[in-house]
Amino acid sequence: MSLKLQGVAQQVGGVVHLHPLDLALAPSQINVVLGTTLAGKTSLLRVMAGLDPPTRGRVLDHGQDVTGRSVRARNLAMVYQQFINYPSLTVRENIASPLQCQRRPATEVRARVAAIAESLRLTPFLDRRPAELSGGQQQRTALARALAKDAELLLLDEPLVNLDYKLREELRAELLQLLRERSTTVVYATTEPLEALQLGGQLLVLVEGRLLQAGPTLEVFHRPASLAAARAFSDPPLNVMPAVFDAATGTARVLGHWDLPLAPEACNVLRTQGIQELLLALRPHQFRVDARSAQHCALEGPVVLAELSGSDTYLHLRCNDVPLVGQFPGIHAFTLGALARLYLDPRDFLGFSLEGATLFAPPAAGAHH
Amino acid sequence: MARIELVDLAHAYGANPGAAGPWALRPLSMNWRDAGAYALLGPSGCGKTTLLNLISGLLTPTHGRLRFDGRDVTQLDPRERNIAQVFQFPVLYDTMTVFDNLAFPLRNRGWKAPQVRSRVQEVAELLELTTDLPRRARGLPPDAQQKISLGRGLVRTDVAAVLLDEPLTVIDPHLKWLLRRKLKQVHQQLQVSLIYVTHDQVEALTFAEEVVVMNHGEVLQVGTPRELYDAPAHTFVGHFIGSPGMNLLPCALEERSVWLGPVQLPMDPRWLAAARQAGTTYQLGIRPDAVELCTAATPDALAAQVRSVQSMGTHTLLQVECAGGLLWIRAAAGVSLTTDTTYLRLPRDKLVLFADQRRVAAPGAVA
Repeated sequence: MSLKLQGVAQQVGGVVHLHPLDLALAPSQINVVLGTTLAGKTSLLRVMAGLDPPTRGRVLDHGQDVTGRSVRARNLAMVYQQFINYPSLTVRENIASPLQCQRRPATEVRARVAAIAESLRLTPFLDRRPAELSGGQQQRTALARALAKDAELLLLDEPLVNLDYKLREELRAELLQLLRERSTTVVYATTEPLEALQLGGQLLVLVEGRLLQAGPTLEVFHRPASLAAARAFSDPPLNVMPAVFDAATGTARVLGHWDLPLAPEACNVLRTQGIQELLLALRPHQFRVDARSAQHCALEGPVVLAELSGSDTYLHLRCNDVPLVGQFPGIHAFTLGALARLYLDPRDFLGFSLEGATLFAPPAAGAHH
Repeated sequence: MARIELVDLAHAYGANPGAAGPWALRPLSMNWRDAGAYALLGPSGCGKTTLLNLISGLLTPTHGRLRFDGRDVTQLDPRERNIAQVFQFPVLYDTMTVFDNLAFPLRNRGWKAPQVRSRVQEVAELLELTTDLPRRARGLPPDAQQKISLGRGLVRTDVAAVLLDEPLTVIDPHLKWLLRRKLKQVHQQLQVSLIYVTHDQVEALTFAEEVVVMNHGEVLQVGTPRELYDAPAHTFVGHFIGSPGMNLLPCALEERSVWLGPVQLPMDPRWLAAARQAGTTYQLGIRPDAVELCTAATPDALAAQVRSVQSMGTHTLLQVECAGGLLWIRAAAGVSLTTDTTYLRLPRDKLVLFADQRRVAAPGAVA
């Protein structure tokens, strides 16, 4: 499978859904489209699927122009947020339907349906109709039907978003295992940075209809091309702190109050470019509750909120009136309004210009710890 | 605001109330203190919304009593119980201004204009809606609309409790934490009794002082977030809280040790005796972040086959096959494994022992 988009743009009733963009899907891999609600994810997937013709640009499949060619004429499958199945057919008939369209022999259909149903834990429900299933089972059925088709391209538009939290976690792990066993090219749209990391593969960052960055998921995470891409790929939100660099001492005054030494590589960049004012950014997990080494510096402020995810605590502080959030493994108790400290290693800072262009990023995650 | 007592409260749907079941909510007795923040947490169909509707009076229980500050309200309708509700989707008069929406419940109760104005101002300020007050509700984004719904619940000073049913469903993930923070502040400043229904552990654990975990119509544990994490009363709680949830491994008991597959771990005999008293099938539970990876085989180490290694940016998530089950392990970022086989150590003080799915208290510890 090789799908390319050239200069594709999408406008609906004068509203821009996608600004002109070029992209090539990584074949036989998971391509994750990460973006908030209304970032243009669904528009992008629908153009790829041929469900909507783009306003401009071309869609190439194996080098062939397939722009606007109907879904039926192409070898792809799509799964939506909503649980979409044939209501009058049983689970068995739902899963078999794409195979019957392909006029496969009955014995093969039976065997394939049985195998896919087993892998998605649907075997006990094969004779039920969708209305008699839970939401999780309905979406498993829709996924099973898409997988049964064995298409070259599988488009998944936030397939787990309407499921219960825990169910989402389980089905994500199972789905990932199933996709890894296949050579299908997958496009998976999500609003959740953590889900994107778990899916791995190739990442496309979409913000307000613009494709901001594309590349291997971890590389995009560690080396965002811009402040906007870094923000899109951070949950809880990225901490962004205005800072003023002093070239003579190699320190930056952060949030108008704390003087922190910057890494030599960062100092070089700032000196070479003659930059004084900049934005320093840190992901929430890079803050610590205690000082691990002499390199650690502390910011201080009143606790606004402590959120618990079950495995992590998110601590929200206001430091010199700027909201910051730290993420700590485990469950920690904090008193709202009390002063708390966030420790950081200045070598972890991402640096951005005031316009949001990336100035420097740490060499590799945690290399100096 | 009121203290809420549930006395042997139970509910079954269907034509024959009072029949043996199936219970949508199994008999349950609990006391919720005045001005507390409680969350009802569980998967769909667990009975949490049934319980909420029994408290609000939308449902009359087939069994048991309900008391607000000692007063029996079992047969009263929602209005008579003086309950405010916030639903999944904002419920507003969308042609009215935000001010009129917030003022509506007060005017309905015959409040005078100056009192209405000052109370609406107070609540609007707390919810950061002051600049929106003259606007029509219709055009506002979903998070502002949901804040108005919340404000309509909070504006009355005489409500027994505010009930919230999955109130953040329509809110964009990036804005959810702002509203969670707002709810927490509202609870602190107004000292209202809040009962919050959700399937999302982040919302429940963040919001509530005490979380009520439910499954199949049964309350499995009521506890602080820390208690649910460290000492889950039931395997379901261990699994449901945490992401990924607690690992559960079947084990066999000896007099002074347990067998986990081929590995024998010594254990306090008093603990094992208590487990034998409590049931006949046993599991050991351990959180993914408590499992230690080691490179070499030692007598107390379990051999495991690595199924997947996923870098999560902030940490590494491994799935391994071990002692006949699948285990999640949360390791440091940048952990790399060179072989398909690895060894695990399970620190003794991090293990939870379950008999017939119920936690067996460790000797010397508080149950």
